[in-house]
This record gives sequence, C-alpha cells and structure tokens, in this order.
Amino acid sequence: MHELPVISSILKIVLKHANDHNVKQVVAVHLQVGELSDLEDKWMQQYFDHLSKGGIAEGARLVIERTPVVMKCTDCGHTYVADLKNNEKLKCPECASEKNTLISGREYFIKNLEAI
Amino acid sequence: MTDEIRLIEVKEDILADNTLLAKELQEKLRREKTFLLNLMASPGAGKTSLVVQTIRKLKEKLAIAVMEADIDSMVDAEKVAKEGVTAIQIRTGGFCHMDATMVKTGLDAMDTQNLDLVILENVGNLVCPAEFETGAIKNAMILSVPEGDDKPLKYPLMFTVCQAMVINKIDYLTLSDFDIQKCKDHVLKLNPDIKIFEVSCRTGEGIDEWVQWLYDEVKSL
Ligand SMILES: Nc1nc2c(ncn2[C@@H]2O[C@H](COP(=O)(O)OP(=O)(O)OP(=O)(O)O)[C@@H](O)[C@H]2O)c(=O)[nH]1
Ligand SMILES: [Mg+2]
Ligand SMILES: [Zn+2]
Repeated sequence: MHELPVISSILKIVLKHANDHNVKQVVAVHLQVGELSDLEDKWMQQYFDHLSKGGIAEGARLVIERTPVVMKCTDCGHTYVADLKNNEKLKCPECASEKNTLISGREYFIKNLEAI
Repeated sequence: MTDEIRLIEVKEDILADNTLLAKELQEKLRREKTFLLNLMASPGAGKTSLVVQTIRKLKEKLAIAVMEADIDSMVDAEKVAKEGVTAIQIRTGGFCHMDATMVKTGLDAMDTQNLDLVILENVGNLVCPAEFETGAIKNAMILSVPEGDDKPLKYPLMFTVCQAMVINKIDYLTLSDFDIQKCKDHVLKLNPDIKIFEVSCRTGEGIDEWVQWLYDEVKSL
C-alpha cells in the first residue's frame, strides 16, 4: 500500500547520513520494521531499488529485522509481547488485565548503514 | 585497502517527524477547543454518508468543517459543501493516507479558532491511515456489512488505533452472513475500550447514538 512514501522517507534519511559521512557507495541498510507493518521485504527492496537508481544508494541491500508488537499494561505497567493475529484475548501476563496501550510494533527504524 | 566497509549509525524512525508534528497539532487544537475527528474506512464503506448524516444532526449545535482527502476528485467535498458547512479538499495525489503535514495545511486554511468540530475523511483503506498520526483528538473507523466480519483479524492495527467503530449498512444484515457479535468480540479483544455503534446511513437507524457520542466528546474537550 504505502511502499512509496515509506521507502522514499527511508531513502531520504539514508542519503542524508551518507552525505554527512562522505560515503561513495551505500552497501547495505539495516532496518527494524515493526510486525504491525504489512510491507513485505521483497517489495520494500524493489521500491528501494527503483527509487535509489542513479544515486549513491543504488544497489544497496535492505537487511530487515522484524520487531515484535509490545504492549504496556494500563493497570500494572508491565510490558509484554503481543500476538495480535492470534485469536486469544490480549491479557497482561502479570495481572491478567485486558487494558493496554501499544508501545512498539509500528516503527520503521533505520539502525545503520554499511558503506564505502 | 582504502575502500573498506564502514558502519554508520543512523538510529532514526521515519515516523518520528510525523508523530512529533501530530502531537503539536493536537495540542494546538486542544488549546483552541477544536475537536478533530479522523474518520477512516475502506473505499465505499460510507465515510461521506456518515459525515453528511452527522452534519445534518449537529450543524445547528456546533460549528463544523470537513476536510476531504481525495486522490484526485472533488466529489466528496461537493457533497459535503451542499450541507452548508465549510468543506476543504486535500488532494493527496496518490498518497494512500493523510499525514500530519497535509492535515496542517488543511487546518491552516480554516478558521479553527471558531470551529467546534472538524471531520477529516481520510483516504479509503484500512492499512496506511492507521500508521500515520494526524493530530486528531479521536480516531474513528467505519466497517460496512458487505466487507465482512473478519476485517478485525486482517487489519488489527486499524482497530487498535481507534476510539470508536461504526458498523455501517446494517440494513444489509439480513442479506449477508456478517456476524455482528463475532465481529464485536474480535474488535473488543484487540481494543477493550473501543465504542461500537451499529448504524445505517441509508435508513438512519443508530445514527442518533453515534451523534450523541460525538457531541459529548466535542463538549468534553
Ligand atoms: N444500503 C446502504 N448503503 C449505504 C449506506 N451507507 C452508505 N451507503 C452507500 O454506499 C455507497 C458509498 O458510500 P460513501 O458514503 O460514498 O462511501 P465512502 O466511504 O465515502 O466512499 P469513498 O469516499 O469513495 O471511499 C453509496 O452508494 C452510499 O449511498 C448504508 O447504511 N446502507
Ligand atoms: Mg467519500
Ligand atoms: Zn498488568
């Protein structure tokens, strides 16, 4: 769905840091993508290849690590990993409360670049 | 060897800028006591119909304006303007969601100081709009009966980020295998605090409950 805006934002940040460090060629980009994102690795790479053509990030490999969905219990403050696609009620493993807020799981975090 | 591979730390989240701007917008709206409702749904679920119904019930009591996100047409904004409220068209030009920057542009074009309620009709899909904060005070989504009761399982984030859900087109219930109870159970598992309304924008059934909720929310801002 929104591969285009997401990947162009990623590329913008990659190029900014690459320029700051006088990089000749970006070889790889290490990303952490929340499990709530439904962008597939394959498509992210294809959009990246397309958008980065002709620049110093052309040909760079995306190394994508998926990060789990983490919830925080509203009642006791405990944080826990949640499987939202599972059909079970989400419950705090500490106090069994069903009240929670989302802490992470929807991020597109750029960790670092491998570059020459 | 000079061409050695180096590791460059970046540590940036692409959503961070948007989230920051959304927070600023929200604070400004709270100060001005303008309630921004971000309304999301699939194409054709009934966003414009619900906006029109809501305006009809509330325009005597509240100063209302509408922001229509449309890829490339003015159809929805024209329908809303016919109801006698300000309607602004935001051309998203292929973007699949509204982000805080676009919402800011829309709000800047309005006299928000003198508005009680701004409704944002987001781009029609259940995925992208859920990921981008808009600065809205509350998020609501519409699921229409013809879409099926399994959508909460397929698009969990959408149901997680909303404070209200409207099940629309309940006049189709007898013609479909949509299981309202099953659907509500799924949604409440994801989000126990969500308010669920069953409405038909065609017959007007259930609209009053939805409008009352929205009115109370606007008044308590
Ligand atoms: N039977 C029935 N039809 C409805 C109901 N609500 C909306 N519709 C019809 O559904 C169609 C789509 O409604 P819209 O309000 O334009 O939906 P939308 O979500 O704004 O659509 P887009 O902006 O194109 O994504 C129209 O033909 C409406 O008349 C309802 O409760 N029952
Ligand atoms: Mg519409
Ligand atoms: Zn707990």
